[in-house]
Amino acid sequence: MGRRGVETLVGLFVLLGILAILFLALRAANLGNFVIGETYLITARFDNIGGLKVRSPVKSAGVTVGRIKAIALDTNTYQGRVTMELEQGMLFPSDTSAKILTSGLLGDQFIGLVPGGSDKNLEEGAEIKLTQSAVLLENLIGQFLYNKAADPPDAAPAPAK
Amino acid sequence: MRPGDILPRLGVQALDLLRGLGHATFFVIDLLRNSVSAITRPFLTIAQIHAIGNRSLVIIMASGLAVGFVLALQGYYTLSRYGATASLGLVVALSLVRELGPVVTALLFAGRAGTSLTAEIGLMKAGEQLAAMEMMAVDPKARVLAPRLLAGLIAMPLLAALFSAIGILGGYVVGVLMIGIDSGAFWSQMQNGVDAIDDVGNGMVKSFVFGIACTVTALYQGFEATPTPEGVSEATTRTVVISSLLVLGLDFVLTALMFTAPS
Repeated sequence: MGRRGVETLVGLFVLLGILAILFLALRAANLGNFVIGETYLITARFDNIGGLKVRSPVKSAGVTVGRIKAIALDTNTYQGRVTMELEQGMLFPSDTSAKILTSGLLGDQFIGLVPGGSDKNLEEGAEIKLTQSAVLLENLIGQFLYNKAADPPDAAPAPAK
Repeated sequence: MRPGDILPRLGVQALDLLRGLGHATFFVIDLLRNSVSAITRPFLTIAQIHAIGNRSLVIIMASGLAVGFVLALQGYYTLSRYGATASLGLVVALSLVRELGPVVTALLFAGRAGTSLTAEIGLMKAGEQLAAMEMMAVDPKARVLAPRLLAGLIAMPLLAALFSAIGILGGYVVGVLMIGIDSGAFWSQMQNGVDAIDDVGNGMVKSFVFGIACTVTALYQGFEATPTPEGVSEATTRTVVISSLLVLGLDFVLTALMFTAPS
């Protein structure tokens, strides 16, 4: 086999390999789903961000409209300050509220935006004032136990004799 | 052997081991220095990619397909107990991209390409071709070994990517076409769960490191083989054993470094 034949075959091999990498990156992984193009930043402060992570999705009505860019602790208020980038075309009224929600029973947490009714839109760098923190299972259980303990004693099962 | 001989022998063996490690380190440094000159003659490397990469394609692709088939069957069995069969695509893709693709490819690579490198170079040494090159003022490390190292570095990640890609297609064939899982759930769960950089990228880094380890081991064993038929056969065996152990050990270290639990 001549030099040209070998080069062609090696070219074919490298092409196959690159196609495989592209397949893994685009078809198997989520590279194609990244927020592409122009984005704008808005922030929101939460009393507790729960299990929110950088690059978690920001959704409105279940549709992904952006991703979380940064999470930091605001040392003035001791709240978690979440910076998110939204796609440029996705405009929300300035009285939009943000909630931390969980997808499914055990799923990842994400931010849900519920649009308000204002005429003005959120602009680059704006802050969402109305926020609702993540629901912590520990607190729920604590409240449940507290309520149980506060129940009248006759509701409790009779002690064994 | 008298019992009193045991301690001195252990000491000699330990020292030999240390010396061997140092020798191998100098060999690697020498090889890296010579790789620069190999870049200036790309056809030598291309011919070696053909020998190492193209000729390994069939076994890598066949193994990838088989592993994908089996992963889908086994994954389906486990997932169906929890009613989570829609995650089959995710399970197959993550296992392949993060672990099985790089590791199984490296083991096959050591068996298919590493042995042939060792045997080839060992026989060149036995036939005094390497000595003849030195007589002609051609450094065999630059002319023979360095192009093979470069070829191994290039071929291994491509082979691992092919293995994983074909494995995922194999999982698709069994999971969606044979068992009847929803095709949309198969792909969308996969795309939600597999990260392009954390999973695919780190898998590629792994396969690159394994490529270095396997190729350097094969070249070193061939170059240092005793130039007799028995010596070459021993060196070939050592190539497979050492490469496989290196790959498995490195795999643990790399996995511990790269993949922390999803925080």
